[in-house]
Amino acid sequence: MHDQTSPSSVQRASPDHDPACPVSIHDLTVAYHRRPVLWDIDYAGPEGQLIGIVGPNGAGKSTLIKACLNLVPIASGSVSFYGKPYRQQRRLVGYVPQRESVDWDFPASVLDVVTMGRYGRLPWCLPPTREDRRVALHCLEQVGMADYARRQISRLSGGQQQRVFLARALAQDARIYFMDEPFAGVDAATETAIVGILRELRARGRTVLIVHHDLQTVAEYFNHVILLNMRIIAAGPTAQVFTQENLQKTYGGRLTLLDKAAQAMALNGNR
Amino acid sequence: MTGWNWHLDGWIVLAGVLSACSCALLGNYLVLRRMSLMGDAISHAVLPGLAIAFLVTHSRSAVPMFAGAVIAGVVTAVLSQAVNRHGKVEHGAAMGVVFSVLFALGLILIRQAADHVDLDPGCVLYGNIAQIPLEAIGGRVPPQVVNLAVVLVVDVLFVVLFYKELKISTFDPELATTLGYNADTLHYALMVLVSVTTVANFESVGSILVIAMLIVPAVTAHLLTDRLSAMIGVSLMAACLSAIGGHVFAAFGPGWLGMKAATNTSAMMAVVAGLLLCAAVLLAPRHGLVSRLLHRRQMRMTILREDILGLLHRWQEMRAEGGRAMTHREVLAAVGDTRSVRQAIRSLLRKQFVEKASGPPDAGHTYRLSGDGQARAARLIRSHRLWESYIDRHFNLPPDHVHMSAERVEHFLTPELRHEIEADLTSPRTDPHGREIPPESIGG
Repeated sequence: MHDQTSPSSVQRASPDHDPACPVSIHDLTVAYHRRPVLWDIDYAGPEGQLIGIVGPNGAGKSTLIKACLNLVPIASGSVSFYGKPYRQQRRLVGYVPQRESVDWDFPASVLDVVTMGRYGRLPWCLPPTREDRRVALHCLEQVGMADYARRQISRLSGGQQQRVFLARALAQDARIYFMDEPFAGVDAATETAIVGILRELRARGRTVLIVHHDLQTVAEYFNHVILLNMRIIAAGPTAQVFTQENLQKTYGGRLTLLDKAAQAMALNGNR
Repeated sequence: MTGWNWHLDGWIVLAGVLSACSCALLGNYLVLRRMSLMGDAISHAVLPGLAIAFLVTHSRSAVPMFAGAVIAGVVTAVLSQAVNRHGKVEHGAAMGVVFSVLFALGLILIRQAADHVDLDPGCVLYGNIAQIPLEAIGGRVPPQVVNLAVVLVVDVLFVVLFYKELKISTFDPELATTLGYNADTLHYALMVLVSVTTVANFESVGSILVIAMLIVPAVTAHLLTDRLSAMIGVSLMAACLSAIGGHVFAAFGPGWLGMKAATNTSAMMAVVAGLLLCAAVLLAPRHGLVSRLLHRRQMRMTILREDILGLLHRWQEMRAEGGRAMTHREVLAAVGDTRSVRQAIRSLLRKQFVEKASGPPDAGHTYRLSGDGQARAARLIRSHRLWESYIDRHFNLPPDHVHMSAERVEHFLTPELRHEIEADLTSPRTDPHGREIPPESIGG
């Protein structure tokens, strides 16, 4: 339903807050300690696609996701979801953080963690209902972890933890998902399970943006891709964008001028 | 003190229980957020708050003192967070930086401007819990007990009302924030309560007990449980036990040891909390030292038994000494003459994996594998030789280097893993030393 027919592989035309566009990022710049890590990101995500975010370490992939979700402050620019800012669209957006971002020794069962995906639908101070737990259990079934529902989360393998996080995102029942390296450090069985879930999400018309590291599998897993290295190098359908030439641009060294400018801003910046 | 007196001891124990419970309750969240030092930091940093409150109001009345202390506590929390974020310092160090500076500032303020305020260090350390019953004249409830009860009720309400919000923002602050439960807001709400609780408890039970109760019962409970609600429950039980036990030991312990005077109640409560933690470290079902030791012992015994089975299998396979059964002495010579080895042999005989017969004169008994023992041993040897072949194929080592790792791995290979190795090696018949690899089907 989006401008997939656009001949340009690089979608630069920003449809300002287009209500049909699941994620539109308009001229986004993000800085840590005044040092910009993302420059002038313009992107309009097509609906119902699996979109890989690919780039070298330090390219700002996780930062891009966090900026979209208001988790890091934005220096300039804006992000909208179906035409409205994030605050108004929380329910439509699901998030899978990196597995290492939480303490797995936390005293909770697998089902407890998956049920947290439902918390966004609950008013303050009210506990999850039986229905929420039922949905959570169903989501655990979908990732093949129903047998582990009562297990303490520290007694899971890395792949199982990742599947629990995925089940939690499914419990959010969102229309747009952001996933930060869901494939990092998982076993082959989990990787297959995750790919299956992603394809099902796509079949149900969900839009998924996924930070990904393994270039080998990009073409197989994602039908859209964003090549990122502090700026968007190219974005669009994988077949058109994921080319040797674009990869060269993404990985073959940064624009040194960007680095120098960022450095100068970090050293002499005056906010 | 000669005996239990409800009018005296009752109030002290009640004050201790109320205080310990409110600290322990919030302590769960501090421990899970890896900020256990917050109580320590806040109880030091209230000093400038007290001093400034005195300088502004020129009175030592309770309300301004309390307000000053709570504000100082919250400032500590805010500053530590800021130092942590912008100073690139980890949480504990950030708290240390902030509270030591604030404490020093408080000392200067008091020296300079309020030198005549009597600040009794003893009172700060262990409070005046023993004086609480003196206020209970005429059957009224001592005001300090009322204060402690109010604080506990507020803490309980906070945790009950915001149970789900605290849970998610403690476990996964980022997700909590994206779902609309701002993790920073909850953090500061918690810090305000920790400050109020610390300050309110400070006067009656002293800083040692406050700091101990914010950390120790929660850590104890974390070792013993694996659900948040259970952890909170157990921490409250540990807090009550420490308060009651602490007072009993303080009042009567010295008497039992033949000493005369009763000792300090607050300090003894903290000591009992520490003892409970020691017990948990030793006896916790999964993480406890005792259960780990037992598990390790069992594992060692299993390995030893399997080694003996393997030894007998190889002996019989080689038909050593013309096919004669292996003697007791030969087994001990090969595996080692220790108590555990003899224990392992007895256990094998009991489980009927090995059969005993009388051997040649003055050589002791001889041992032979039973049918079951044969099967177990064959499985082990199969694991061993499959592993050797696998290493030999993939690691490019001389054949005499592969034995040691196989000696270890053989006890842990599952049937699935053996199957995988076999597939990898395309069904090998012999190991790198040319010995036959027993087929899987023999095993039961």
